[in-house]
Amino acid sequence: MMLSPAESDALWLSLSVAARSVLFNLPFAILVAWLLTRTRFAGRTLFDAFVHLPLVLPPVVVGYLLLVLFGVRGPVGSWLYQNFGIQLAFTSTGAALATAVMSFPLVVRAIRLSLENVDHGLEDAARTLGAGPFDRFASITLPLIAPGILAGAVTAFAAGLGEFGAVITFASNIPGETRTLPLALYTALQTPDGDMLAARLAIISLSLGLAGLLVSEVLSRAIGRRLGRDRVR
Amino acid sequence: MLRVELRKRRGDFTLETAFSAPTPGVTAIFGRSGCGKSTLISLIAGLLTPDSGRVAVGDDVWYDSERHLSVDTRHRRMGVVFQDARLFPHLSVRANLEYGLRRLPITAERPMKFDDVVSLLGLATLIARRTHELSGGERQRVALGRALLAQPRLLLLDEPLASLDLARREDVLPYLEKLRDHFTLPIVYVSHQFDEVLRLATRVVLLDAGRVVAEGDIATMSRDSHLRTIVGPDSVGAVVAGVVEHVDMAGLAIVRVGDATLILELDGATAGQRIQIQVLARDVIVATEAPRWLSVRNVVPARVVSVRPDVGRSVLVELDIGRTATLLARITQRASAELALTSDKPVWALIKAVSLRGHVFNAPAR
Repeated sequence: MMLSPAESDALWLSLSVAARSVLFNLPFAILVAWLLTRTRFAGRTLFDAFVHLPLVLPPVVVGYLLLVLFGVRGPVGSWLYQNFGIQLAFTSTGAALATAVMSFPLVVRAIRLSLENVDHGLEDAARTLGAGPFDRFASITLPLIAPGILAGAVTAFAAGLGEFGAVITFASNIPGETRTLPLALYTALQTPDGDMLAARLAIISLSLGLAGLLVSEVLSRAIGRRLGRDRVR
Repeated sequence: MLRVELRKRRGDFTLETAFSAPTPGVTAIFGRSGCGKSTLISLIAGLLTPDSGRVAVGDDVWYDSERHLSVDTRHRRMGVVFQDARLFPHLSVRANLEYGLRRLPITAERPMKFDDVVSLLGLATLIARRTHELSGGERQRVALGRALLAQPRLLLLDEPLASLDLARREDVLPYLEKLRDHFTLPIVYVSHQFDEVLRLATRVVLLDAGRVVAEGDIATMSRDSHLRTIVGPDSVGAVVAGVVEHVDMAGLAIVRVGDATLILELDGATAGQRIQIQVLARDVIVATEAPRWLSVRNVVPARVVSVRPDVGRSVLVELDIGRTATLLARITQRASAELALTSDKPVWALIKAVSLRGHVFNAPAR
């Protein structure tokens, strides 16, 4: 199947937005997952709920809140624009940000699950062998939660390919900039004679999703082997 | 020398201990499950914070509540071997071994060389493997090697054999003996198995419900009444120290203990070796005349020190065999009465050679 320029634009844009959203996500998700599993602080439950908010909010609401905060006239958006010349609203970076916020709880959940499974005893052992807190995290905890991080990243990437509501609200539907696959499909459906295009875009989305799932399965098996999961647990 | 004095409350359990562990030598912390042994190890290691007290190794103070001083675990430079080995599953055996070594301060001395530790613990064939390919005993040996290569000033062994079955224990115990005889560092060995303590330890600290109830060298402790209640009547017996005089034609070791000589089977014994022998109280027969025509190999002249009531209808007779060496014999009250056993009475102690179990200590034992 040959892709038209508009179709391949939408495809590459989707891949790039989803990939960037994962990159945005990971450092914060690891930090938040760590805070939620390893620390006790006042308001932890509220913080936990806040992190999970995008799962239950309509995506349009998330997009709207982002617009209020990061829009050109929003408090964060105007500061970013004035000091760094960065504009998020109506750009592909903004689309990536909206996608990242939507998939954030999924990544946190995956990392948190694997963090809870890490044996504290191993970190204690590293400590008796002279490793400081950051060293322990980097040399022991991080490699052990790698499967969780990977699972979270793959899920976020796959979910990010399909993010619609938050993206269209915050970043609008600009061809070549923020018109990702679902937005292109929606646009095609709004256009007379767009049925064929919509079907083709749907097939592209489907193949992409399937490929993503296969890759994640292969990766997680490889990591499992590396960690000796077959015998240790 | 490790000096420990610690208090810690956890719920309604209070740990309150004071003891010391000499350099070199193995000090066994012995007690029932739940007496606070593992808590004590965590406190010494700094993985748990005590309520108050003091921990010092030589001149280095690791914890002192009066001076509000607490050195972080990672700067204490001690090797800890846990019951469950705790090898890092994502690293190779070699990377596990080198983990502590790589994190040493540049100025730190490195008396324990990689190759020496590897050959001492028989790790050469394991180095290239991944940790999940190791057996339980091999895992503990790697954990020992990892702890030693971190160049510790103290070795804490927290029931390192408890997760192994009896056969696998033999994969590790000989290495622990080598380690004890090879390095000059204090070793604290936590266990609830008295036979392990017997093989390894030179000193015993007896812990019961969070308190040290008795402490001393193993020969003295083997006759301690607290220990008797913990090990149970069948494991009660004196531990005596001796030196192998020679090995006879039949392969039996002739060992001098106090003023007496004992004959026993001892694999690999050579003249001059120092050994510890456990003589179970239930295996000792007391006679008031030297018997003849018996298969029993050891007929030792002795003097009754005391006769004390023991469990059930038996009494425990303490027998002096010279130079402070003492045996225990458990006999029935009736036998004691018929033989008219009283203090200072000269008797004979009869012990089958095959019922004696000896353990070699190469290094000068204390």
